[in-house]
Parts: sequence; structure tokens; C-alpha cells
Amino acid sequence: MNIDIEFELNGRAERRHVDVRDNAIDMLGRCGLKAARESCGQGLCGCCTIYVNGEPASGCLYPAWKLQGKQIETLEALDAADGGLDPVQQAFIDCGAFQCGFCTPGFVMMTRRLLDAHPDPTDAQIEHYLSGNLCRCGAYPEIIAAVRLAAQRAGARG
Amino acid sequence: MTTERPPLNRLGKGLRRLEAIDKVTGRVDYTHHVTLPGMLHAKIVRSHVAHGRLVGIDTAQAKAVPGVHGVFTGADILKIIPEPYYGPAFHDQPILAIDKVRYVGEPVAVVVAESPHVAEDAAGLVQAEIDELPAVFDEIEAMHADIYVHDSLRPAGTFADLKHLNGIRDTNVALTFGVKKGNVEEAFKTAHRVFRNTFKTQQVMHVPLEPMVSVADVRNAHATIHTASQTPSFARTEIARLLGWRENQVTVKTAFLGGGFGCKLYVKLEPLAVALSMLCRRPVRVALTMAEQFYTITRHPTTFNIESAVDENGRILARRCEVIWNGGAYADIGPRVTQKSGFTAPGPYDIEHVDVTSVAVYTNRPPAGAFRGFGIPQLVWAYESQADIIAREMGLDPVEFRLRNVLTDGKRHATGTVMKDAAIPLVLNRVAERFGWSRPFEHGDGRYRRGRGIGVGIKACVSPTTSVAAVSVAADGSCSVQCNTVDMGQGSDTLMAMIVSEVLGVPAESVSVVNPDTDASPYDMATLGSRSTFHMGHAVRLAAEDAQAKLLAMAREVGVDQVDPADLGTLFVRKFGMQAGTVIGTGIYKPTYQSPDKSTGQSEDITPNWMIGGTAIEVEVDTETGMYTILRMENVVDCGTALNPLVVQTQISGAAIMQLGTVTLEEMEFDEQGQLRNAGLSEYKIPGIQDIPRSIGRETVDAYQSNGPFGGKGVGESATFGVASALAAAIEDAVGVRITQLPIRPEKIWEGMRAQQEQHA
Repeated sequence: MNIDIEFELNGRAERRHVDVRDNAIDMLGRCGLKAARESCGQGLCGCCTIYVNGEPASGCLYPAWKLQGKQIETLEALDAADGGLDPVQQAFIDCGAFQCGFCTPGFVMMTRRLLDAHPDPTDAQIEHYLSGNLCRCGAYPEIIAAVRLAAQRAGARG
Repeated sequence: MTTERPPLNRLGKGLRRLEAIDKVTGRVDYTHHVTLPGMLHAKIVRSHVAHGRLVGIDTAQAKAVPGVHGVFTGADILKIIPEPYYGPAFHDQPILAIDKVRYVGEPVAVVVAESPHVAEDAAGLVQAEIDELPAVFDEIEAMHADIYVHDSLRPAGTFADLKHLNGIRDTNVALTFGVKKGNVEEAFKTAHRVFRNTFKTQQVMHVPLEPMVSVADVRNAHATIHTASQTPSFARTEIARLLGWRENQVTVKTAFLGGGFGCKLYVKLEPLAVALSMLCRRPVRVALTMAEQFYTITRHPTTFNIESAVDENGRILARRCEVIWNGGAYADIGPRVTQKSGFTAPGPYDIEHVDVTSVAVYTNRPPAGAFRGFGIPQLVWAYESQADIIAREMGLDPVEFRLRNVLTDGKRHATGTVMKDAAIPLVLNRVAERFGWSRPFEHGDGRYRRGRGIGVGIKACVSPTTSVAAVSVAADGSCSVQCNTVDMGQGSDTLMAMIVSEVLGVPAESVSVVNPDTDASPYDMATLGSRSTFHMGHAVRLAAEDAQAKLLAMAREVGVDQVDPADLGTLFVRKFGMQAGTVIGTGIYKPTYQSPDKSTGQSEDITPNWMIGGTAIEVEVDTETGMYTILRMENVVDCGTALNPLVVQTQISGAAIMQLGTVTLEEMEFDEQGQLRNAGLSEYKIPGIQDIPRSIGRETVDAYQSNGPFGGKGVGESATFGVASALAAAIEDAVGVRITQLPIRPEKIWEGMRAQQEQHA
């Protein structure tokens, strides 16, 4: 069964025809967006992290039809068209906080979220916010360093 | 001893990954995202039985589902591929089961449909009728059982040393490999002390976050395959063989991989995708879920019986190693793990009398193959655990005991090869120094007890293998590399660009590295076993040198004295009268090698280089629960010159963290019918950010690989070697409980402590 839904995607109005079985990632893929991606399919690895009405959600568990009328943001909204990166993205590059990169969009999204809520996060807050994201390459030491660097740079600008 | 080390311009200084921006913005290409016009989706139907005769498959209901294009079984595959058996070492694995199933989860049928949802729904309607046979799951039982997983052995023929196995019947032993040196029997008779131990490892899965995926598009007489593969060249050869086609009728393309770790080697889904595209005459995508990956390829469970004869000074005189590798239902590359890693089973030690038997065994489990370390982590776990047991029993410091026995350059390894550029004592000493091993250690005496452990392991780089590369210089002077090394996170693209920069003098950031594509790039054996830095590094170096020589010749021809890397374009304009032409340099690298003697395993030249890794761990154990916290982990490797230090550092800690998962958390759990209980991340836990040690140290020792490209060699696996035994030793040091079977779970420690209390009570 298919239905039509309307929603806001990265600040633009969208209208899509979705199968009731589609999850948010299936639909975003057809919108040409690939940063949020399905891996474990159980909402446990964080590769599919999106924001729905400003709240982080696991896209692989989110039925596409439930996005009707909602605001969705993906990693693609973070960097500017002129090539300017979000400070979190820049910090991930500067600290080498990824290897294969498959989990990176999810980590960047959750780090952005963490720093918006806690500009100067404690170790416990970093662990709490990023405990739903998995990195099989084991880049955790660099990810933690990147979170701290992004926070420190924002503080210095502050 | 010093080797002359030529100065480096670009290499040796860190460079961030060339694709960094694409990765942090989520725009990098993975095969995961490949869609082709008209593409259909496949869903595999899997065996629910571990071992049985396939009686029939009812596909009628599934075929009737709207949107289903076809439902196919082994019989359908046979119509287009008469010999549909694949594998790198043995041609034993059917594309879909024929006559028999050999493990729970083996593909028996496949549904192809317009959408993944329809394919999944219809797959649930396929009924496979299977007559159950008795099954065997344990590697020791399988060696002696009269239950045979395969009727006869089918070696691939690619490896000359396996040909003699062809047609052998009534056995589960796929291969036995031995190393014999000296007189072990005599040495054991006269020894001061003899130690006999058995160590076991469990079955684990690689868990790449980009699940395995292949998309095939076969038209008339050409197959194009987009696949998340570590071996595009092998995939082309193997698909061409299956179809009876020329290699140039098969194109294999890959992109960045979302992790590989050994599971995306050789062919996995490619033969099925190709067959389905031929049957449906449309492009077909075969994509696994996370859960399905556990039914595809895994790491060998092992049993390692190790016996050592030691003299009164703590010198190991003789060692007997029996390693049994549980390869599951299909050989995959298991026979190569058995041999190429098996010969290092005596460890990094100078032992006069050695007897190694390494055995690849079939069982009714999911297949096992290459996994980061290629068998070495299982071996080091055993020989370093026994080193700790010996040191403890003899009252020797664990570092001192090892230093008395380690192989140093100039000594002969158990295979007879003279050690060279293997900084084993240096690695061990640096781990000890970083840890502060010589300082007094406070164990504590309350509820929480502390302990420490240390160890070192070695790996021989797999040999003999070949890499080929091309370096192209465009008419504006910009350079690109064509090679089939696959960047799966290890930073190989960036390293190859740095090598071109080193040779030609152009900025590394300006060098493009072409995604592997068998139509565009030359042959490479595989991206595995930490071989790319050494082999492809040499090939790219040679290709760049060849390009440089051609540029120089062109310069002389047009009357220019020097080749200016900042202005290569001028040469082309002078030669061709406009911005036109291409210079292509090529490089082929294959190191020297001598096959081991068939009866003794002896060889003067068993490997082009040795990779060394050492680890020390400090742990705190809760004596009431057995729960433990790793307070510190120090990792030191010998990778020769660290060619891209930024990436090398992350390879060290990343390898150690991944290995820590397989030591502390991960275990595929089977019931008595061979059903896997924990496929998927909800019950199979890999390390998260909260699971890593509080402090992780990493270092590359000051070393130089004299036959390596610019003094370098591989590093992707070295930091996995010492983790397991160091943790077990630290736990024994803390609470006196010796773990001999991985993973190291708190309940095992708790049970051990309770057994001690009962003994003392």
C-alpha cells in the first residue's frame, strides 16, 4: 500500500509517495540523500541518525509515513554549499575521527546535538550522547578528541 | 646494526585522508548506495537445518506474489552455470545449495522482486523440505567423527600445494600443514620442566557496518558487478571461471568500503548476483542485513594444544603445537590461514626443536575465513598465555622470560628463515617501558584488585603475491593512480598518493586515486593481511619511477634539462603542440619466496617481512562480581617507517579496540541443533564508546624495513596480536584466575574465584 506524505526536509518542502513498509532511510535514499544509512536495522548502531522535529531518531526504525507533517534534518543540512563545514565536521577531520566513514554521519549528528545541549561536555555526557553510535574501526579515541576540540573551539569563539 | 635510511620528503609526515570531506559530509561513495535503472532486489531463503539432504523446495506460493520476478533454486543455477562451485582454496561452495545443506543459514533459494519488501515477504513463503542428517559442530569431534560435511575434497587448483588433496573421501580434514625442526621427542625427555596447555577461541564475526552487497548487471556477453569487495581482481577471475568467459568479459567495480576486516574477500554474493541477473535479464542487487552477515563468513574457532619443554634457566628448548581450525561448512580461505599463519604457531621465540601441526577442519557451522590478523590473534592468545603460565610457575618476570627466548635478527625462525628487520625485543621493551613495568605494582587488597599483563606476537606477511599499479600523468601535469587496492578505512588511497608525491614531487593532495575497477586498473592479489603498504606501495613506487623516467625522456626530447614537478604541463605542450597526451608509468611487484618443504615446512625465504605487535594491560577486577575494568592499554608495533603516521596511529588503536571486542564481548552462540542464537547487534555486542579502556597508548618503534617501500611495511593487524593474552594475564595477576577460553567474561572470572574459595575452605 502506498500513501502520499508532505514534510519539510532540510528546510525545503517535500512531497513523496511512500510504501507503508518504507522506513525513513528508504525514503531519504530516494530523495538523493545518503548520509543517513541503514546498517544494523535495529536502531542500535546509529548509522541512520536523523533529526525529526529537532530530536534525534533512528531512521531505520522510523516508518516513512509517520514523517507526514514533520520537519526532518539530515547531515546534508550541516555543511554550507560554499564548502564551509560545521565545526564538528572540521574537528572530526582535524582529529582523524573516522576510518571507513560509514558511521561518521551518525557520530557527527549526535556530537552536534551534544554540543548544542552541553557546550562544554563532561566525559560522562560525551559517553551518554555517543553510546548509541557504533564504530567498528574503533576510532573512539579520536572521536572523543574531536568532540573536545569542537567544544574548545566554540568556547574560544564564545 | 644500522641500515642506511634515505631522507623522505612527503612520506613520514602525517597527511589527513584525501576523502575526509566526503566522509564527514556523508557524500562518499559506497557500493551500499549503488542503484541501477531497472534494478531488482533479491532476498535469500536460508536453511533451517545444519546438515541434511535437500528433498525439494516449494516455490509456487512465493512465485504467485505480485511483484515477484522469479524464485530460484540450485537447479536453476545449474542451467546457466554447470559447475556452480566457488572458493579461493577449494571449489566447494555452491551458489545455492545443491543436494545437501551443510549449515543453518546456508542459502537454499532466492526470491527476486521489484522491491526489497516484496522479496522479503515472498521469501517467507518458500518451503524447503530437508531430510536431516547428524551434524558435527566441534572441531575436535569433526576430526574423528564418521559424519562427513563433504563427500570428497575439491581443491581449487590455483594453489599447487593443495592439488594432491583432490578427491580424498571420508574426512573432514581439509588440510594438514606441518613444520618440523630438530628432535622434539628427545628434547622433551631431557627437559627440566614440561608445560602442557590447551587454549580455545570462539566464533566471531567481522561486523562491517556497511553490510555485504553486490549489484550485477549482465547483458549478452558482459557482466558488470558493483560490489563491496576487498578483491576486485579475484572476483573478476572467479566470475569468469564460473561462466567460462574471458576475464575481459567481466568488469568488477568497487568504491570505498564501510569496513571489511577480511569478510569482503574473494567472492561472497557476486556469483549469486551474476546468476540472478542472467536469469532475470535485469540488474539485480543482493544485499545482506546485519543478521545475514553472521551466516556468510566468520572467524575460525580454534583449539590450540601447546606443549613446551623448558630448561632450568627459563629457555624454551622444544615446543609442540597442534592447532585445529574450525572452518565451518566451506573452506573459503581457511586452508591458507591454516598454513600461512599456522607456521608461526611456536611464536616469536628461538626454539631449537619444533613440531607444528596445523589442521583445517570442516564442520556444520557457518564458514570461517580471513579476519583481521588472518589467524594470528588465535595463535598469539595461546602461545603468550602459555608464556605467562611458564613464567609464573618458574618464578620469572614475564618480560624477562620472554627476553631470554625471543628471536632476534640473524636467528632462524622455526621455518628456517633467518629473521631480518623484526624488532621483537625492541617492541617488547618499549611496551614495558611505556607501561612502567619495572616500577612496583600495587595490586590492592580490598574488593577491587589490580593486575597487569604483557605480550608480543608476530605475523609473517602472506607470500608470494603480486601487485600491479599504473601512475598516469595528464597533459596538464596532474597525476592519478590506478590500482586495485581497496580503501576500506585503512587509508591506502592517501598513502598511494603520498608515494607518488615522494617520487614525482607533486603535492600528495593533488594526486587522485581511481576507485578500483578491473577495466581501468591492473591486477592486485587482494587487500588483505596488511599486504598493501608493502606490495602495492612498491608497485606504485615503481610505476611513479617509470613515469618519472618517461617524463625525463620527454624533457630531453623537447630540449628541457629538468623535470619541474610544478610545471609538467609544459613538457606535454612542447611535445604535442597543445595540452594533449598522457604519460603512463607501470609497476609490478612480487617479492622473492621459497615454498616450504612438503615434509618439514622448512624454507629459507618464507616471508618478505615480519609484522610485530605488543600489548600491555592494567586491569581492575571486582572480586565480588568478576566484573573488570581495563584501566590502561599500551600498544606498540614495528611497522618499519610509519609512512603516514596520522593513519598509522589510528590503525594501532583501532585494531586493538576491535580485537578487545572479540576478547571481552563477542561470541556467536549456537544451540545443540547448530542454530545461531545471536545474529544481529541486539544480542551480539561489539565495543561502544563506553567499552574502551580509560587510557590507550600507541607507538611505532624506531625501525626500518630494508626491503620495504621507503622502509615501510603493513600495520593494520599488528595491534590485535597481544591483546587477549595480556588481558588474561592481568586478570590472573589480579585475582589468580586463569582463563583459557575466549571471550573473557566476568562470569568466568567469578566462577574461577568461587572455585578457589571452595578449594581453600
